[in-house]
Amino acid sequence: MTSSSKMAFKASTLLLMLPLLIWLVFLILLPHVDLLIVSLREKLGYRNYVFSLQNYTEFFTEPLYWNTFLRTAIMSIIATIITLIIGFPISYYIAKIAKGRLRALLFLACLLPFWVSELVRTFGWMILLRESGVISSFLQWTGIVSGPVEMLYNDASLMTGLVYTSMLFMIVPLVTVLDTLDDSMIEAGYDLGGNGFTILRDIVIPHAMPGIASGCIVVFMLTLGNYLTPTLLGGKDSLWFTEQIYNQFITRFNWESGSAFGFLLLILSSLIVWVGLKLSRQTLADTVK
Amino acid sequence: MIPSIPQPKAGVRLYQAYVALFFIYLAAPLIVVGVFAFNDSLFPSMPWEGFTLDWFIGDSDPRLGIFNDGALMESLGYSAFVAVWVTILSLFVGTCNAFLFERTSFPGKNMLYVLALTPLVIPGVILGISILIFANSIVNNIEDAWGYEIEALRPSLVLVILGQFAFITTITTLVISARLRKFDISLEEAALNLGATKLEAVRTITIPFLKPALVGAGIICFLMSFENFNTTLMLTGSDSPLTITMFDRLKQGSTPALNAISLVLMIVSATLAFISIFVQRDKNGQ
Repeated sequence: MTSSSKMAFKASTLLLMLPLLIWLVFLILLPHVDLLIVSLREKLGYRNYVFSLQNYTEFFTEPLYWNTFLRTAIMSIIATIITLIIGFPISYYIAKIAKGRLRALLFLACLLPFWVSELVRTFGWMILLRESGVISSFLQWTGIVSGPVEMLYNDASLMTGLVYTSMLFMIVPLVTVLDTLDDSMIEAGYDLGGNGFTILRDIVIPHAMPGIASGCIVVFMLTLGNYLTPTLLGGKDSLWFTEQIYNQFITRFNWESGSAFGFLLLILSSLIVWVGLKLSRQTLADTVK
Repeated sequence: MIPSIPQPKAGVRLYQAYVALFFIYLAAPLIVVGVFAFNDSLFPSMPWEGFTLDWFIGDSDPRLGIFNDGALMESLGYSAFVAVWVTILSLFVGTCNAFLFERTSFPGKNMLYVLALTPLVIPGVILGISILIFANSIVNNIEDAWGYEIEALRPSLVLVILGQFAFITTITTLVISARLRKFDISLEEAALNLGATKLEAVRTITIPFLKPALVGAGIICFLMSFENFNTTLMLTGSDSPLTITMFDRLKQGSTPALNAISLVLMIVSATLAFISIFVQRDKNGQ
């Protein structure tokens, strides 16, 4: 390569890089830096600010705030575990047991609900669970209960919605990874005297670990940042952290403390994603492959 | 637990029952949304009062059908407008990114790649508020310096487009990169040998090869933009896209009109999703 063509190569690389840089700098990096800056200031008057940690101390001294924060994190972890437990057998069935057309059909059936807006899905659950809803009417019709039952606006309904909403993001990576598990490995396991449980523990789960990790990370992250499902299914007292952020911003117009909350949520989600990646020895680039 | 290993019959039946139950769970909310769009009652709930098309074509309150509901149709238009722009922008940047990451090497490439993936792990609400804050800082600074206010950077459709573009670009980058990776570079070299310029070779050989991925990624962008809620919620102004309008109505109390618009959305999304699966399938059957 001559030096002039080398220069041309570099110029073209730079040109190609330009959209990426504009996108990353102006829509990802600078906004988050600004978020941090705003979270670190205290409003004294109209456009009169001083540097302060007050927004963060407010968070830690007001039990409602950090209780909500903790609750959101714990509920998200529980939702992730439930999603994994429900989704794993389904993924195994699709990847290993169903064959040909049935397999394609089942996989597609898993994808389709998620092409529909989250709002519509949540709305569907409201129609099913509410006092005058389908399940309540069905129970009355069968005579199991004598009056209408309200199943909305509690943690169980919230959990149902959260698990439903994230199911796809667990099933797709699991099916992909279980697909690569050679059937003869399982057969060998049986030949060597293993039973269903030991094979699951020693062969299937270790092989599926990368899929389990990426599924859990995505599900956890999406659940933590979910706003719609907690607001609509959890009712007024659902206490979800994104709701707190929304309230600070839109209802109370307190952008400083809202930013601090937002930053804390960002740190929590990054931290858990990072720990998840480290524990499962994955990298972010691997999980999206 | 694979077909070649004999299993007790009861266990197999139990497993199949579980799978069946799961798919009922998956379908139930969507089915009830669809069915109650035709219920002749003021609320989308039991009991079933008979079949009606009022929620689609009714022309007066309280049975205003969605096709006669000006505000709802307007927000549908806003959603389409936003989705078209998000699709154009993220396809363009995504294609550039794919070429950058698959074809060139430069110092710091890995770091940039990881950075380009970060929008996947930023919660939508956080992305929304950070862009809101940043846009607001820009407006305020410009106003202070030159006394001119940029209306577009206040919460508005422009901000919604930027906010959705910010994370959807990562998706297009991944989809297009995956396809570009499969491209046999010798085809391009052949074109160069035959006298094409680099740009001509890319335009006539590589881009047509990428077309399934581009169409597929475009449809994904459109759908993701159309149904996005979290980021949009923070950035929307007085002209709100459909998901936000529906959310506001849902909070006021639901009517079967919401079921009707949901059903229309489901049909459109399912159609687009099928098209995207169809175009992304290679001719030789994957």
